[in-house]
Amino acid sequence: MGFGPYLLLATLEGLVMAAVLALTALGLSLVFGVMRVVNVAHGEFFMLGAVLAWAVSNAVGGHPAIGFLAALVVAPLAVGAVALASERLVLRRLNYNPEATIVATIGLLYILQQVALTFYGADARPVVAPFNVRLQLPWFGYSAYKLSVIGFSLLLLGLTWFVLTRTKIGLIMRATQYDRETATAFGIAVDKVYAGVFVAGAMLAAIGAVLVVPIRQAHYLMGHDPLLLSFIVVIIGGLGSLRGTMVAALLVGLSDGILSVFFSPTLAKIVATTAVALVLVFRPQGLFGTAQR
Amino acid sequence: MSERARIAALHLAVIALLFAAQFVLPAYHHGIVSRVMVLAVFAIGYNLVFGYAGMLSLGHAMFFAAGMYGAGLPVYHGGWGIGPAFLFGIACGAVLAAGIGLLALRTSGVAFMIVTMMFGQVAYLLALWFGDWTRGEEGLTIAQDLRVVGPLDLTDPTTRYFVALALFSAALLASLALVRSRFGRTLVAIRENEERTRMLGYDTFRTKLAALTVSGALCAAAGAAYALLFGYMGAGFANVPYSILPLLWVLVGGAATVIGPFVGTLAMFYLTDLSNDLLNRNFPDWDISALGIVGLALVLLILFFPKGVMGTVRARWLPWLP
Repeated sequence: MGFGPYLLLATLEGLVMAAVLALTALGLSLVFGVMRVVNVAHGEFFMLGAVLAWAVSNAVGGHPAIGFLAALVVAPLAVGAVALASERLVLRRLNYNPEATIVATIGLLYILQQVALTFYGADARPVVAPFNVRLQLPWFGYSAYKLSVIGFSLLLLGLTWFVLTRTKIGLIMRATQYDRETATAFGIAVDKVYAGVFVAGAMLAAIGAVLVVPIRQAHYLMGHDPLLLSFIVVIIGGLGSLRGTMVAALLVGLSDGILSVFFSPTLAKIVATTAVALVLVFRPQGLFGTAQR
Repeated sequence: MSERARIAALHLAVIALLFAAQFVLPAYHHGIVSRVMVLAVFAIGYNLVFGYAGMLSLGHAMFFAAGMYGAGLPVYHGGWGIGPAFLFGIACGAVLAAGIGLLALRTSGVAFMIVTMMFGQVAYLLALWFGDWTRGEEGLTIAQDLRVVGPLDLTDPTTRYFVALALFSAALLASLALVRSRFGRTLVAIRENEERTRMLGYDTFRTKLAALTVSGALCAAAGAAYALLFGYMGAGFANVPYSILPLLWVLVGGAATVIGPFVGTLAMFYLTDLSNDLLNRNFPDWDISALGIVGLALVLLILFFPKGVMGTVRARWLPWLP
């Protein structure tokens, strides 16, 4: 295979990565943007989504598509319920203090890993893709499922954008993000908005995870990379900026896909992580964000 | 007793108690306490930054690992003596901390946490990348005959205990002196209100940088001692859990208290050990790991016991506790 096809393959893989990453990172970004807290357990919501997807699709049986669709509905809802419980029982009691929340969500991260290890086990397990069609490209066949992941993710991102910018719910969320006190004064139940945003953020991660399990197997330690990559995306895109998050997800997903095809993944990660840390040091508002008030 | 004498007496009593404990502890606990004393130095270093200066770092494992590899690799590959290797390990940690500080201290709060976590991750990946020298996760064992310095054989449990105690005492007294000095009070002022401290004419950046460097040196001393005393170094010590453990120990013992880090390390060591045994005996197929217990401890602590053991003692009974 020559260089061209190789690059095309890497780009396609990168696009699939970017699609899933955009959903996951958007969840983290929403939570940070509106609630001003960092959810270190975000990667574990992703992991939980993947593990539940395996459990659901396994329990349903029949044609793989039925199991997958069931997982796509049930897993995010279940993860949302877990997120709601942790928000009500832990985060709210801490009054969303940024540093206490970090410590608590670190704890949550390990608890969720332990729960997954106990009930799911240490094995990596695959979910069968809902359909198995190969599209014939000029040089090689490519899984149609992976392409549909990109499409579905774009659809969902568009939907989120629509909700955020064109609906009353979005207006309330943006108002809370802009100024919590004034929002309260205008009769917005900030408390409920926070719960909703936290649940929505976790569900976005879970949907990303369900989409990814037919490509990558579900494992109880799989949450680490999505968390780090989401941090990277959210930082480069500017904390709390939706457009920035999408652009950055594309950038990071593509470069991660392409770099790890051509170079050692460890080296790629070293370079990427250092670069991002330096972005945060020298341009804290992100490459695309604007300085905060 | 004056306050000064009371404080000195309390901390010297802790050291004396540990000295006496060596003669009565059974072999198993003897080994654990040696380990706890070394790791408590790690926690003392972390407490300086997290407890006193109020900076939440999630990358302190890199300083521990810098000390560990800075001391261990020259011994393993270069045949250095124990003494110079130990000092070199500390220097590695201090230089790394100063370098990271110059970059990371441009940020604060949540951004500081993310930046330190990312640098910590880079350090871990570097330990894996240089696997030819470090053997990555699998790690290296330093041979017994390399761990002898003069008449001291660091593989002997009693010697090991006393060396660990000496290191711990030095770190404890140093941190006591440090936090009671003008420097320590400036750190607390920065934690409480950085803007105001700057307005009063203090160079807060330089103070924080100094605190981070000292903290890095202390953590590196713990790492170096760990490699030389227990003869093992692995990339696992540079990974995220080892950045979170000192945070947990400090929280349990009480942030911004001098004895807190030791109390927390000791308590968590036994708590994870005992609960791990207990749970795995009663629920053998639950795969309980130490990290699950750590996670539960973190959530419960931050919800119901945010001051930790010594912090509560200070708030309730001993307001003079440093």
